[in-house]
Amino acid sequence: MTASVVVTGLGITAPNGLGTKDYWSATRVGKSGIGPLTRFDAAPYPAKLAGEIAGFAAEEHLPSRLMPQTDQVTRLSLVAADWALADAGVRPADLPAFDMGVITASSAGGFEFSQHELKSLWSKGGEYVSAYQSFAWFYAVNTGQISIRNGMKGPSGVVVTDQAGGLDAVAQARRQIRKGTSLVVAGAVDALLCSWGWVGLHTSGRLSTADDPGRAYLPFDERAAGHVPGEGGALLILEAADAARARGARVYGEIAGYAATFDGREPGLRKAIELALADADLAPSDVDVVFADAAAEPELDRIEAQTIVAVFGHRGVPVTAPKTMTGRLYAGAAALDLATAFLALREGLIPPTVHTDPADRHGLDLVGAQARPAALRTALVLARGHGGFNSVMVVRS
Amino acid sequence: MSQPTFTFDDLKRILLEGSGAPEGGGLDGDAQDVLDTEFSDIGYDSLALLETASRIEREYGIDLDESVIGDATTPRAFIGAVADHLVAPAA
Repeated sequence: MTASVVVTGLGITAPNGLGTKDYWSATRVGKSGIGPLTRFDAAPYPAKLAGEIAGFAAEEHLPSRLMPQTDQVTRLSLVAADWALADAGVRPADLPAFDMGVITASSAGGFEFSQHELKSLWSKGGEYVSAYQSFAWFYAVNTGQISIRNGMKGPSGVVVTDQAGGLDAVAQARRQIRKGTSLVVAGAVDALLCSWGWVGLHTSGRLSTADDPGRAYLPFDERAAGHVPGEGGALLILEAADAARARGARVYGEIAGYAATFDGREPGLRKAIELALADADLAPSDVDVVFADAAAEPELDRIEAQTIVAVFGHRGVPVTAPKTMTGRLYAGAAALDLATAFLALREGLIPPTVHTDPADRHGLDLVGAQARPAALRTALVLARGHGGFNSVMVVRS
Repeated sequence: MSQPTFTFDDLKRILLEGSGAPEGGGLDGDAQDVLDTEFSDIGYDSLALLETASRIEREYGIDLDESVIGDATTPRAFIGAVADHLVAPAA
């Protein structure tokens, strides 16, 4: 029932690095991937900056048969899954199909694909809409395509809880492994940097309208005024610890605890932290670093900082937000934070939080523009989804 | 008025445009063999055939019965079904 679940592979696609090696070498030195939007003309929109993934040529990684039926988000997901499996040393073809599952989170599905098809629908007529629109837009499409490509027929699914989804998917994968599935590909990649997606993102009222990439996304700063959206995320390979040991796999660490709450009359973040620590059977003093949600919206920043101080004490734990280098990746964000936490544990290095000058009143020990070497064994990852979702995950080396 | 035709080359072009090349080069074999190979063995599923039918309807200005997609499981059968539709409106 409570079998230990470990991570044996990482696949990362991020605005500041494609692949785990590129991403970590950029992240550990504070290299940002935020810049002016180039995917389309952003001049008419209030927000003009994004964390775009540059230099990704899907056709170099995927068969031509997949191109007409996939959005950018699915192509990135398929490649991230391939990289994660290779990193874990797993060849899916060698394993029983029903022992492998895929659980991803998504917050938008294939937006750009849909935009193109809807344009065809309204300008030319229904007969010009691709048959592949039937699934290419869909929240579950990344799970489906990864499953088909790798012959994975075990328990699979998708969760849609905005940024919290990156953790919720991994938690669901942990449940399935505890029930007997050998291996699950879990996490999230999101990508909606097309003009239609851009309009949708503006409705949150939380986008930064700054045009200087160095002053646009400033969580916990007195100047905090919204976030920069980005694309990408991470997929992780989860296995039962004894199975991973049996095949001699390299292990990044364990998914030690998890909890999810919903904001009610009071914010639910503190309860989520307490429940996740209880699930891991750990005390706050056992936590070596906190990866913050880092909304960069003054009230949300205040709630998160107060919560961290309430649980860990005034400047009681190092806090970092490497997503200041990527922008917020929605469902992909927390999955990337989780992958980053494992890389941080492995190197003994807390990655930096760039650009931000944290307000003293928050009482946070925020790791600044320089990475901080530290003996790390346990990390806590916080994620809040738009609409009141809170998820917290504890990982341990 | 010249009679429109629909050949294996037309089918191949439209399949590639709409659904990409199957892995393993399933379309590249000897044409006579490929003509009688099941689409599923070539590497195209029912959705690829739906997309292909829709593109043929647009390009040739015809309506293909839904049964074409279900019944024609090989390129030869598919080409035959499209050819039947091409001659019908001209009659």
